Amino acid sequence: MKIAVCIKQVPDSEARLRVAADRRWIDEEDLRFVVNESDEYALEEALQIAEHTDGEVVVFSLGPERVREALRKCLALGASRAVHLADEAFAGGDAIATGRALAAAIQNGGFDLVVTGSQSDDVGFGATGSILAGHLDWPHVWLVMGVEIEEGGASAKVTREMESGMNEVIRLRLPAVLEIQAGLNKPRYASLKGIMQAKRKEIATVAPSDLGLDPSVVGAAGSRVETLSVAFPESSGGAEMIEGDAATAAGVLVERLRKEARVL
Amino acid sequence: MPGKIWIVVQHRDGKLHRMSREAVVAGQKLAAAVGGTAQAVVLGHGVEPVVEALTHYELDAVLVAEAEALVDYTPGAYIGVLAAAVAERSPTHLVFGHSYQNVDYMARLAQAVGGSLVSEVVGFEQGDEGLVWRRPIFGGKLQSRLRVSGPAPVVVSVQSGAFSADEAVAGSAERQSLDSAAAVPDREILGVEEVSGEHVDLTAAEIVVAVGRGLGDPQKMGIIEDLAAALGAEIGASRPVIDSGWLPRDRQIGSSGQTVAPKLYLAVGVSGAIQHLVGMKGAGTIVAINKDAGAPIFAIADYGIVGDLHEIVPALTAAVREAKAGS
Ligand SMILES: Cc1cc2nc3c(=O)[nH]c(=O)nc-3n(C[C@H](O)[C@H](O)[C@H](O)COP(=O)(O)OP(=O)(O)OC[C@H]3O[C@@H](n4cnc5c(N)ncnc54)[C@H](O)[C@@H]3O)c2cc1C
Ligand SMILES: Nc1ncnc2c1ncn2[C@@H]1O[C@H](COP(=O)(O)O)[C@@H](O)[C@H]1O
Repeated sequence: MKIAVCIKQVPDSEARLRVAADRRWIDEEDLRFVVNESDEYALEEALQIAEHTDGEVVVFSLGPERVREALRKCLALGASRAVHLADEAFAGGDAIATGRALAAAIQNGGFDLVVTGSQSDDVGFGATGSILAGHLDWPHVWLVMGVEIEEGGASAKVTREMESGMNEVIRLRLPAVLEIQAGLNKPRYASLKGIMQAKRKEIATVAPSDLGLDPSVVGAAGSRVETLSVAFPESSGGAEMIEGDAATAAGVLVERLRKEARVL
Repeated sequence: MPGKIWIVVQHRDGKLHRMSREAVVAGQKLAAAVGGTAQAVVLGHGVEPVVEALTHYELDAVLVAEAEALVDYTPGAYIGVLAAAVAERSPTHLVFGHSYQNVDYMARLAQAVGGSLVSEVVGFEQGDEGLVWRRPIFGGKLQSRLRVSGPAPVVVSVQSGAFSADEAVAGSAERQSLDSAAAVPDREILGVEEVSGEHVDLTAAEIVVAVGRGLGDPQKMGIIEDLAAALGAEIGASRPVIDSGWLPRDRQIGSSGQTVAPKLYLAVGVSGAIQHLVGMKGAGTIVAINKDAGAPIFAIADYGIVGDLHEIVPALTAAVREAKAGS
């Protein structure tokens, strides 16, 4: 099967975030960027399906120049080529605009399946994959925890996460968009050979015009949702913070838990 | 244009989903903020108990789409019915609870009806800048303020706990029928299963020590085990700890795992993303140990220690042992 995977590059979960001077986004300088967590699982799932079906994986990412590093990593893991939606006009999109751009890039590629993550760790719309499916007019499933390709690729048995430790098992026709939830497989590590081979693989760069899209329908211009500001949330009361070195703080905490909270 | 707010509810076995009761409150408040009316929307089959419950809220109407094709949730059937209803009746806002089922289809619904989408809202204000929505970003470390433009409707989901179900305004509402001809399922439902076979019941534990990704290395789990042993506690975990295979799935706490309310909960190296918080915020006393003073977990903790868990946890174990030996 020929599979498209959408990956987003996001700040590392350990990153110390600072609000940018214009207060509309974070200051990206000096931040370490990684492949979004659920997208790593999405790529792994796609690679496994491709291996079982003698297929191929192509990765897509929309974002600035730094995104090429994330795409290169996916190539090292086994994707055969990458497409970078790199134009400035793509930036600042809401889920509908970003989904539209990704759909246009994927549309005529002859794909049997599109795999995305379920949620990005930065803006976390939880929506881009579903929107992409809407643009393609394919079925979709959010929070996929298992995939079994059936009937030689005509359908798939998919496990979907529900709340409180339950899963629903469903069957749907392919092609479809599967939005992968973290934890369904064990993402592989890149081998040295993979890293070497990745250097020779193609990362195509596309602009809206290459996709037959007017720049006004993608990115911030094509979005209905505008960010006015971002800020650290006001802490509502919050915790009593216990100071001191480890031993001192531990002693004070135990004291509080015994005498004040009376839970020990 | 006056607001016409639809609250699209989720239900099961004749009962409203917890988040839908909160969504009703959000919808009523939104109607008050923008000046307009709120209506509830129910899709399903055999939904009379849910409809009856909704008629006792202050709502303009309870709109009901009943069809056998709506017995099980599928996005195809739900979007079909709702898109047709939106085209016919032109609501300005569609309010959902931010549940897994709703998130599965609401974005695509927004797109299908030519509207816009704001997911995971924790609040809104009507002011000089118009109607401004607030939602968490970066796992709750930051919050963004958003404004929406363009044609109606605005499709929003409200995060769990952002509105209190107790604040619902009682009243009476009249039932109206929606056309359900467009209910065309696009999935075959094969069944429902439990995630993990063997089951550790964390809900019975009086004390839970929850370990997060901040542990850094599964080889270090011993310090958590020692603390749990000293306290007589069960060990729980955040999702990434489970996803990485450091602990089995049945120890996951949060929206996809278990919901616990022990008398004492210690969150160690857990950032406090909403999906974790919904599974433990009912705990009696909450302690957070985290090296990042800005971690969202501190906002709901009673006691906090900022520092390296690899130093603090062993010190805490020693202090607990000492206290127990002394008493
Ligand atoms: C649909 C959906 C469902 C989900 N369901 C769940 C769920 O059921 N349960 C759940 O937990 N999550 C769930 N998640 C994931 C959730 O969004 C968060 O990603 C997750 O809770 C983060 O886990 P964490 O706090 O362990 O990791 P992180 O967010 O990476 O936080 C690690 C923390 O450790 C701290 N730290 C690092 N090193 C140290 C040190 N040496 N000493 C002290 N502190 C340190 C860091 O400052 C940080 O705050 C779900 C997500 C989605 C999208
Ligand atoms: N800029 C992007 N480039 C490629 N894929 C993306 C991008 N934004 C979102 N996605 C995909 O859509 C999923 C959901 O993202 P979101 O809707 O932002 O929560 C992610 O896990 C990615 O797979």
